[in-house]
Amino acid sequence: MNDTGGMGDDVQLLTLDVNGTSYEVITPPRRTLVDVLRHDLRLTGTHVGCEHGICGACTVLVDGLPVRACLMFAAQAEGARISTVESLADPGSGELDDLQRAFTENHGLQCGFCTPGFLMLAQGFLAERPEATKEEIREVVAANLCRCTGYQTIVEAIDACATARRAQRAAGTEETSCN
Amino acid sequence: MKSTTQDRLVGRSVARREDPRLLTGNGRFVDDIELPGMLHAQFVRSTVAHGLITDIDLTHVRRVPGVVAAFTASDLGLGDITAQLDRPLSEFVPTAMPVLARDRVRYAGEPVAVVVARDPYAAEDGLEAAKVTYASLPPVTSEEQALAPGAALVHEEAAHNTLVDVSLFATEGIDGIFDKAPCVVHVETRTGRQNALPLETRGAVAQWDAREDQLVLHTCTQIPHQVRTVAARCLGLDERAVRVIVPDMGGGFGLKCVVGREEIAAAAAALRLRRPVKWIEDRKDALTASFLAREQHYTARAAFDADGRILGLDADVVCDMGAYSCYPFTAGIEPLMASAEMPGPYKVPAYRVRGRAVATNKAPTAPYRGVSRPQYVMVVERLMERAARELDLDPVEIRRRNVITAFPYTGVNNVTYDPGSYLESLNLCEQTLKEAGWYDQQAAAWAGGRHIGIGYSCFSERTGYGSAAFAARKMEVVPGFDLSEVRMDTSGAVTVTTGTMSHGQSHETTMAQIVADTLGVDIAKVKLHQGDTDRITYGWGTFASRSITVGGSAVRRAAAKLGDKLRAIAAAQWGVPPEGVELDRGRVRLRAEPEAELSYAHLAGIAHLKSHLLPKDIEPGLTATAAFDTDTDGTFSNATHGVVVELHQGTGQVEILAYVCVEDCGVAIHPQVVEGQCRGGIAQGIAGALFEQITYDAQGEPSATSFMDYKVPTAHEIPDVTIHHLETPCAFTETGAKGAGEGGTIGAPAAVLNAVNDALRATGTELDNTPVTPETVHRALTSPVLEQTP
Amino acid sequence: MKPAPFRYHRARDVEDATALLAELGDEAKVIAGGQSLVAMMNFRLARPAHLVDIGGLRELDHLGTDAGGGLRIGALTTHHTVETAPPQQLGAGFDIIRAAMAWIGHLPIRTRGTAGGSMAHGDATAEWCLLAVLLDAELVARSPRGQRRVPAREFFFGYYTTALDPDEILVEIVFPHPAPHAALTEFAERRGDFAVVSAAVSLEAEGRAVHGGRVALGGVAAMPVRVPEAEAVLAAGGSFRDCAEAAAAAVDPPGDANGSPHYRKHLIRTLVERACEEAMSR
Repeated sequence: MNDTGGMGDDVQLLTLDVNGTSYEVITPPRRTLVDVLRHDLRLTGTHVGCEHGICGACTVLVDGLPVRACLMFAAQAEGARISTVESLADPGSGELDDLQRAFTENHGLQCGFCTPGFLMLAQGFLAERPEATKEEIREVVAANLCRCTGYQTIVEAIDACATARRAQRAAGTEETSCN
Repeated sequence: MKSTTQDRLVGRSVARREDPRLLTGNGRFVDDIELPGMLHAQFVRSTVAHGLITDIDLTHVRRVPGVVAAFTASDLGLGDITAQLDRPLSEFVPTAMPVLARDRVRYAGEPVAVVVARDPYAAEDGLEAAKVTYASLPPVTSEEQALAPGAALVHEEAAHNTLVDVSLFATEGIDGIFDKAPCVVHVETRTGRQNALPLETRGAVAQWDAREDQLVLHTCTQIPHQVRTVAARCLGLDERAVRVIVPDMGGGFGLKCVVGREEIAAAAAALRLRRPVKWIEDRKDALTASFLAREQHYTARAAFDADGRILGLDADVVCDMGAYSCYPFTAGIEPLMASAEMPGPYKVPAYRVRGRAVATNKAPTAPYRGVSRPQYVMVVERLMERAARELDLDPVEIRRRNVITAFPYTGVNNVTYDPGSYLESLNLCEQTLKEAGWYDQQAAAWAGGRHIGIGYSCFSERTGYGSAAFAARKMEVVPGFDLSEVRMDTSGAVTVTTGTMSHGQSHETTMAQIVADTLGVDIAKVKLHQGDTDRITYGWGTFASRSITVGGSAVRRAAAKLGDKLRAIAAAQWGVPPEGVELDRGRVRLRAEPEAELSYAHLAGIAHLKSHLLPKDIEPGLTATAAFDTDTDGTFSNATHGVVVELHQGTGQVEILAYVCVEDCGVAIHPQVVEGQCRGGIAQGIAGALFEQITYDAQGEPSATSFMDYKVPTAHEIPDVTIHHLETPCAFTETGAKGAGEGGTIGAPAAVLNAVNDALRATGTELDNTPVTPETVHRALTSPVLEQTP
Repeated sequence: MKPAPFRYHRARDVEDATALLAELGDEAKVIAGGQSLVAMMNFRLARPAHLVDIGGLRELDHLGTDAGGGLRIGALTTHHTVETAPPQQLGAGFDIIRAAMAWIGHLPIRTRGTAGGSMAHGDATAEWCLLAVLLDAELVARSPRGQRRVPAREFFFGYYTTALDPDEILVEIVFPHPAPHAALTEFAERRGDFAVVSAAVSLEAEGRAVHGGRVALGGVAAMPVRVPEAEAVLAAGGSFRDCAEAAAAAVDPPGDANGSPHYRKHLIRTLVERACEEAMSR
């Protein structure tokens, strides 16, 4: 046994739906979602930066919306769909998705520690607001902390991804209407 | 070596090789390491800033469910961490930092005991059960208090709480120069204590490997070999018996280029328990109990002639270094940097400086990106602005009259500056802001009662220090050189080592670009190894913007040597002299007969698998090692930053409207990476200028225990930055590159502060301390001085 | 920064939740979105022995107008739900509420944090608390003993202290009257931080003529406060600037690391005037 509950804790059985897979975890209720994701499920792409909800390194999607996984007990996540950074790239080929590509093309990451949080923040936000302007993107990017980039290239990466998705959708619509 | 310009990778922003793993969650950071049977450490920390430990009772800790062990200093019996300078006691007082406090604590947050438990939750439960009693001593919480007569002593051996006191330069007759000068301006500046704040906190996983008879210490450090040295000393092991491995690192910025106490304690616990022990610093500890920086107090004056030419600079620098000297740099890091470099890009004919480091009951300091340069550049640039006002000169013009324009230039500080583009960067920066219409907008804003200001900072930055330059600082351990080994295997793939340690700077990409160009191999065939003391012979790590200048030069040399060996092997196969063949994209060609070629894989096969084909004078294998060092004074990067701010009357908020950076770091190996370093550095500089500060109350309690109090700026506060590159190649680095890692941070506080003061011009108030908070601006905007102004 | 141990209870419905609270007493704490509570637990500044999770009670997640033109918000409605609700769902005259959501933390906080959780937490700078005080909201609380409606002015007692009994949970917030000319604004040094000072106003106006209104402030006392002195200026047809001056003169704000009393008064002047102007532009 390592890095599971202290022996003084009650434990409970949780069923968590993470990246489309159902996991059963026996854990004390005080474990936060981010600790369970990282250390029980070994999905270490989600990072821990402050454990009080400010830095956003632990941002994941819960039912499609970005949330701080450090401000949630894993027990609260039962019954919800959780997505982490591990869900973005193609599971078979490992090929990066368009958001990840936009980050690398725009140099939106340096040390990479905050990156999964920004990716999931952007993923959740763009799904809801595909038409977001660059200024709206900047406001959302202000939710998380990055100490390396100065943010400009993160905003540019997300904006580039959103723009490309819109262009692709417009082309798709055109094609459909032409047919 | 044949490679057409378009083939060359150096100078091109190729895809970062670090990115795929970091973007997919496949990076491996210290906290991602999970070992069978691993335990978790946390530290009982002092609750008082200054006191004698009268009792430590861990009985109840050991009974907490899940707690496996708890150790005090006397349980572990470890050696101290002591950093030295080769200076007389009158200039430097060495002080020891115990791994765990023994009989005395010197700051709130100092580690007193280590608790090891089955999980991090139980470890924290254990901390709550610790009973430590202290006999409080009066805390020393400011530099003024530390130097006051009769002050309590943080270290008994350091009278007046002074750890460093140096007067490196004092031009003869300088007082006379000031007496006679037509213009003398003064500035007194205090800068806030900051945390470098890598988003990944410090951490370590220590494990005893019984088979190798070796401690394996995974830790996020910028200086793996120096951590090995200290760990071995403290634990009483040979250095061979310690292997430091650095996985992916979530930033460092200097905070991780000193040896911490906690990683040594975690290692000691792992040795004692013969089980892997992990320690991950939490954010509260990272803010209050790790290493801080930047709290300095300058009293400076400058003399100018009537045309605005500087005649002399006279400064007193006191740096509040907190409770301990850090290893390996010592408490001298900040005052020595400030003293040695303050004249910066200007032709200063006379210079006097006194630099001091004082001990206080605060968390100790480490070098932080820029080290003193953000502060002294601010001081010098404030002096320039004051003189410009006094002499009714344009602020850019006064700088134009003072910057060094003929190179090499040997300054009053005995430093020889290699060529740079000081004047060009100044002119281009001003031109950029002018062409963008900011001067016109400012005039209109002033007419309309808005407070818009334009500010500049112009600076040079010594990078690529060799051992000679570090030796001049009289460090006991003298960094400087770097080693590299380049190896080709029988598949033609290349493995490169470096003693530097990337933690965001993209060395896996940039070093590979250098190797790919030098050998003419596909960059995909090149893999960089760093951060493993068993894999890398020796290295000094990453700090002082040394990685590409020094480390990159060693890599370049080693790759070139390997190239020579490939040519020699090929030439021998054809029976021609090595000059008769050339490297060309993965093959060696016969010059006389360009169709005749041997692939690298084929040659590597000969070197390893058919070594009987090698000529007698060529050793089997395909490995080359090289060192790089320089006996120059280093190479000087330079930049000018220009900032436009608006001060909001209603709230006192400082809004940055525009930011221009014109920088010259010589040959940019990867322009996108250089720009990233600039932008990130500027963000940290702005953070220091406007937002971040840790203060201490009279009891020595730190003010910032969370991100609610320590205000790291977000994308909302940090502006987009326009960057222009100039390129003055360095003559002695192998690639022509100069350092690029710190300049952004160095230039930003001065430019922002100057812009704020420009916006305040009508009020008669000048602000010289950082951070400039909205309340400070509000006071300046509504001060009586303003009301008197018509 | 790991929380102390606790026992976790997932409530099946409101009755179950209040019964659990009645049984567990002072040692128990309700968790909804947890955006304040979990942070405090991670710092071990809060250490409840029991957590009663009401997050799954869908019946408390609703948003809509009532027959009288008022707005009813289920306690578990997230800030994000309010922020993104279609206009007809929020009803006419409640733009201030939607607009105020943008001031609450950041998107990933707003997706979890709830209206009821914010009220029950009772932070002196919280936007929901300020809105409730400004707009005379009624807070509907339920316990095994029944249900009661508490007017906002009687709900907030002081720093993190509310009128809720240990066995009570907040189930609904009712904003009885539309406020078509109302706005909330605030200042913090950094985007998303708790306000140093926040100001909210609701004006009574015909055309451009203002003949009365309400003014409330956050961050100046232990709880959000109405400022009758400033409201008197509005009633007398005074200017927004005079109203703001009166507000600044009337309160005695605290001083801390985020601002001295003097500075906070200055912010009050700025923010009340700004809120008035914004309110008029609606």
